[in-house]
Amino acid sequence: MTIGVINYGAGNLYSVTNALTYLEKPFKMITGPQEMDQINSLIFPGVGSFAAAVNELKKRELFIPIKSWLDNNRPYLGICLGMQLLFSRSSESPEARGFGVLAGRVEKFRAKRIPQIGWNQVSWVKRNPLSYHLQGDPFFYFLHSYYVCGGKGQAPWTLGLTTYENNTYTSAVNLENIWGVQFHPEKSGPEGLQLLKNWLDWEGDRGANQENYSLPGC
Amino acid sequence: MLTKRIIPCLDVENGQVVKGTRFKDLKYAGNPVEMARQYYQEGADELTFLDIGASPQEKETVLELVKKVAREIFIPLTVGGGIRTKEDVARALEAGADKVAICTAALKNPDLITQGAENFGSQCIVLSIDAGFSDDTWYAFTHGGRTNSGKKAIDWALEAQELGAGEILLNSIDRDGTLDGYDLELLGEISSRVNIPVIASGGAGKLEHFAEGIITGGADAVLVASLLHYKQTSIKLIKEYLKTKGVPVRC
Repeated sequence: MTIGVINYGAGNLYSVTNALTYLEKPFKMITGPQEMDQINSLIFPGVGSFAAAVNELKKRELFIPIKSWLDNNRPYLGICLGMQLLFSRSSESPEARGFGVLAGRVEKFRAKRIPQIGWNQVSWVKRNPLSYHLQGDPFFYFLHSYYVCGGKGQAPWTLGLTTYENNTYTSAVNLENIWGVQFHPEKSGPEGLQLLKNWLDWEGDRGANQENYSLPGC
Repeated sequence: MLTKRIIPCLDVENGQVVKGTRFKDLKYAGNPVEMARQYYQEGADELTFLDIGASPQEKETVLELVKKVAREIFIPLTVGGGIRTKEDVARALEAGADKVAICTAALKNPDLITQGAENFGSQCIVLSIDAGFSDDTWYAFTHGGRTNSGKKAIDWALEAQELGAGEILLNSIDRDGTLDGYDLELLGEISSRVNIPVIASGGAGKLEHFAEGIITGGADAVLVASLLHYKQTSIKLIKEYLKTKGVPVRC
């Protein structure tokens, strides 16, 4: 089982790789398309602007390989911007297009304080492997100005909700093997590490195979 | 609901944590790695390391320290002190910092904020304002509180926000280490006029001060040094107290 971590030259990857090292999970940095052949699961920690990330990925010939990875429903965990890029549009960069594997859009907070910086809670809308061993509505570290907006009602990919000022928004998503979290599990203390471990262990057990999957208690 | 953050601040000189009063009279306060571990276990929401030594070797010591801490402590780490160029920002982030606090260099060269935000994202650029009262208002000071830049603290905060700073770390020089409480007027003036988060620093001496800084002063986070270093209180006690005052905290 090899984990790939996307490195497109912008993000601060060290916190993610430090967390993986701490959890004793071997990983490979992905800087170009060839390296995508050598991995089974993909973590995309994104920071910076939506358009800048798309442009950097294209420059490094990583955009299309990641898009096919997602289209083939291979295990993916997007963190922060890595989750937002699962959608096609963001009001941050109206001209840019993300991977577009989930239907929805990314909007800017209308809030007194932007960005949202700090620890906030996630309410899971369904039982799921990420929440294993985590009590109640766990706290995670958030740092963002844009959020995922599922439109009216709850989108089928909504996994977790968070309230910032007067706005309850989607802070975790899941569709089959594709996962995304708006917060930073790698910066969220023991609970964040547990969530990362949950994802890695879950993926390790079943890979891309959807069958024989039972929800752990939460 | 977003919770208010308690951020222990470790001033580092010669590889050791020190703490002074009004930016002077530094005293030894402990070993940085051990203190960082302890605060992490006690529920610190973030940690800040301020390199207050001046030498280039000192800079290396602090980066080595951050590197070590980042391998075992999984909360956001901020590094400040001596960040003068885009390259300094990159090196701090490479060492494992999530944010950098920039003070003097940003006043001398405001473009550093923009460059930092463009290259690494606004989220990692914390503008540190050392505010001192002079004549009839607060000014931003440089060089560890020794030199008045002539720029009003509020003007500088608003300007830095426009330039791309993601947060403001507001230090009151007059209250630093005094345990007299935060300068609520200063805090209120800045926090009510900017729309990026404000971290209050300088003066907390008892539990009530934290509640005041947050409720009256409008701070989004509080920096704590002396009180924790000298074991006058603990993160747990601060959070329990804030909870009784209706302040949302993570615990």
